[in-house]
Amino acid sequence: MFNKKELEEIAADNKRWQRIFKESVSKTPERLKRFSTVSGRPIQNLYTPLDLRDLDYSKDIGLPGQYPFTRGVQPSMYRGRLWTMRMFAGLGSARDTNKRFHLLVNEGQTGLSTAFDMPTLMGYDTDSPRSRGECGRCGVAIDTLKDMEILFEGLPIDRITTSMTINPPAAVLWAMYIAMAEKRGISRKVIGGTIQNDMLKEFIAQKTFMCPPEPSMRLITDTIEFGTNEVPRWNPISISGYHIREAGSTAVQELAFTLADGIAYVEAALKRGMDVDSFAPRLSFFFNSHLDFFEEIAKFRAARRIWAKIMKKRFKAQDPRSLWLRFHTQTAGCSLTAQQPYNNIIRTTLEALAAVLGGTQSLHTNSLDEVLALPTEEAATIALRTQQIIAEEVGIANTIDPLGGSYFLERLTNDMEEEAFAYITKIDEMGGMVAAIEKNYPQLEIADAAYQYQKQIDEKEKSVIGVNKYVTGEELPVEILQIEEELERNQIEWTNEVKSSRNNSKVKAALQRLGEAAQGDDNLMYPIVDAVKAYATEQEICDVFRTVFGVYRDPGVY
Amino acid sequence: MNKKRRLRVLVAKPGLDGHDRGARIIARAYRDAGFEVVYTGLHQTPEEIVQAAIQEDVDMIGLSSLAGAHMYLFPRVVELLKERGAHDIVVCGGGIFPEEDIPKLKKAGIKEIFTPGTPLTEVVAWVEQNVEARR
Amino acid sequence: MSIAEKIVAGDIRAAARLIRDIDDMLPEARETLKDLYPFTGKAYVVGITGAPGVGKSTLVDQLITHLRKAGKTVGVLAVDPTSPFSGGAILGDRVRMQRHSMDEGVFIRSMATRGAFGGLTQSTRSAIDVLDAMGKDCILVETVGVGQDEIDIVQSADTTLIVLVPGMGDDIQALKAGILEVGDLFIVNKADREGVDRTVNDLRLMIEMDEKRYKNGWKPPILTVQAVFDKGVKEIIDEIEKHAAHVRSSSERRSKARYEKVRNGLSEMIKDRIIHEVLSDLVESGEFETSLQLVLDKKIDPYTACDNIISKRFRHGNK
Repeated sequence: MFNKKELEEIAADNKRWQRIFKESVSKTPERLKRFSTVSGRPIQNLYTPLDLRDLDYSKDIGLPGQYPFTRGVQPSMYRGRLWTMRMFAGLGSARDTNKRFHLLVNEGQTGLSTAFDMPTLMGYDTDSPRSRGECGRCGVAIDTLKDMEILFEGLPIDRITTSMTINPPAAVLWAMYIAMAEKRGISRKVIGGTIQNDMLKEFIAQKTFMCPPEPSMRLITDTIEFGTNEVPRWNPISISGYHIREAGSTAVQELAFTLADGIAYVEAALKRGMDVDSFAPRLSFFFNSHLDFFEEIAKFRAARRIWAKIMKKRFKAQDPRSLWLRFHTQTAGCSLTAQQPYNNIIRTTLEALAAVLGGTQSLHTNSLDEVLALPTEEAATIALRTQQIIAEEVGIANTIDPLGGSYFLERLTNDMEEEAFAYITKIDEMGGMVAAIEKNYPQLEIADAAYQYQKQIDEKEKSVIGVNKYVTGEELPVEILQIEEELERNQIEWTNEVKSSRNNSKVKAALQRLGEAAQGDDNLMYPIVDAVKAYATEQEICDVFRTVFGVYRDPGVY
Repeated sequence: MNKKRRLRVLVAKPGLDGHDRGARIIARAYRDAGFEVVYTGLHQTPEEIVQAAIQEDVDMIGLSSLAGAHMYLFPRVVELLKERGAHDIVVCGGGIFPEEDIPKLKKAGIKEIFTPGTPLTEVVAWVEQNVEARR
Repeated sequence: MSIAEKIVAGDIRAAARLIRDIDDMLPEARETLKDLYPFTGKAYVVGITGAPGVGKSTLVDQLITHLRKAGKTVGVLAVDPTSPFSGGAILGDRVRMQRHSMDEGVFIRSMATRGAFGGLTQSTRSAIDVLDAMGKDCILVETVGVGQDEIDIVQSADTTLIVLVPGMGDDIQALKAGILEVGDLFIVNKADREGVDRTVNDLRLMIEMDEKRYKNGWKPPILTVQAVFDKGVKEIIDEIEKHAAHVRSSSERRSKARYEKVRNGLSEMIKDRIIHEVLSDLVESGEFETSLQLVLDKKIDPYTACDNIISKRFRHGNK
């Protein structure tokens, strides 16, 4: 980007400046012994054109909506349309959550996002002995299609998209959503949304398990195929790095492992015989936005560039939309503190800012009280307002990729791309992500990074305001959300009512057919949809999978 | 030899909660402090935890919860220990707890609750001061 | 009831407590072990060893399932290394067997090697005796087979399984000769991986090269399995039974096996005891520190220092 002579002059000037810098800090030493990002990456005192000497604007940075998409996947980005403000919500019963959905939509959110409770996430009904004490505590309890119908009552699902954070039983919940829409006269061709449905990162990080990796991949490929043929506006998978980061990985690990998971899913679909352009445009991603401002922005830009290169060169995709890395972002839950919780508003704001400057398609901002409990209405509203203020008052959405060209940012983007590719190559050499997971490779990398980070905090190498610095005795009181005690009992009673008023022989037949299909090669989405329409419960369907595919247990990697 | 006996500790994840970052970090911290740590992995029922604690003759059980089901799971572990005559095993907990649940848990027999932000050194020091090898 | 009586009656807490006391080398534990000894000798002991990551715990988990189906009660000792830096350990083998924890016919116990100070080798042997006296039909001892200590543990087993995975290639050559002499069955786990044929062939060559080395006239079979999918595990049980029958079938083999087991047990126990007593006395009395300082200050050489220490303890015979 600069000619040789210019660079030589800059190099000479820079050398002089570094000497002056050294002199000035010899009298009073630098503020810290080591300047590094949250992930531990060392940072220079200054970045100049010298750091970008090998960069070619057109080839490496480019223009929005054009390969390699560093500056954004769509040509118009936020000038055309702001990111979707999509607040993750779920609590108690379907009725409770429906209320919260309406509140958030009225307050201005532009997309729905569903959090389920642990039993639902793990494929158990509320009345399972394993579910004792867990109903509605970290999300909404869904046992049958009836709950799904209540959950979205009164919401314009033909005009607004819905994301569902659900993994092992994703196919079941998706089937319930489709069935619910069709009951309301809304065609499956019209509904839009996302199911997370990314089991590889479960084995690596989030750890909601049900069946072993191979059958899990089969089920996921079934959903991708079903999406291509039946639900064209839906993202059948949200390939996630958020949880990998929450488990303690570095930013580059989050980037690399997520994209390596993506490669595995593409390969699985291709193995099924699908054409890459028939499904790739609907693959979506989900990243974390953590505290280190520039590292995160660089990560998002590097992600787009890496994925575009992989889809073009490795998988030979022809449709330009197959090269787009579209992603949802959530601000980092693990960066929030229980001490001085109002500080969390500031953390979330800065993390949201990084996500927007990074070009996210959709954003969830955490509430200040989420370290203590599920968010209250007030806290969730502040989190939503954070996005709205960023969008409309601060001016950063006035132009596309405003930080593009920053020496610091472009250099970070390059470095992260290089390091991520190194990880991806290593994983390829292990035989791909499924093999790497069996060898516990990503799990151990993450465990080591998490332990290192904790030690840095304990030793005060990294500051956490309110926790290891500026600690006060007194805490401002924060009102938190309570889940009512009778919820579990009520939900069990309610589901029993559903079970007694449905046609039980129809359910039995549907489950039987599902079992047979599971043992064969048929696409399982069709029999799952039939089963949910007959009001089979989530666990009844999942138990069929457990029987046919086996149960995966935590290998306990520490 | 009258050395202080090495502590044996069980680190357990009760219930369906899969957030094990903290549990695995604390296990490493305990190991670095010289304890023998039995780690039983995710998705343990209170019954499985107590059975393991007895077979392994541990001095303390550390329970980790970040998905809100602690008010049933933690007291249940204490209850089962009492039923099986192992009430001298100390039970403590770590994770995410609303402020008002903490005194309730302590009343139910959880000796200490560690919330996010507690340095590992503090947790280890507490264990060393409050837990003894069972006789 | 005395502790020994409780254990013979199958009391879990008493057995668990005794194993702990043995680990901590409490003198009263030895007395109980003496009381228990007459009740030992009934259990069949299977040692399972191999490098970290080969799938031993998963294999043990499946073996338990098969043994329980056959109506046998099972004791499991899962041994993990103690950190040389802190003296602590994370004992994580149990995770892979936890589904058996509520089965009253299964007793699972995790132990740490506790380093060189006359530590675990002896404790594991004694723990085997405890589980034996408790009435367990079969005792599975899982250890990491990389050091000499671990091979010793395995010498107190009736049948020893060496577990490997494909692709170990050069590592087979590097495997200590000791391990290959001690193995009664060679298990190649994760047999769906690349390189399985090569690994099997390398093993076969090594085994067939030295017939004279066969323990008690038994040629070790090589089995390929996929423990996580329960493929080939039944065959392992069958081979263990064949091995047991082979030894049982001749009185010469039977007495040879028993001789080796008791001899190894007794000599290891004496060795451990000597090391433990002498070393702990040396450290407690401060004599070690004094001698060390003399060597560091170059006042004497280490050979002389050692001679002084030993002559004090052994020539005059009273220790």
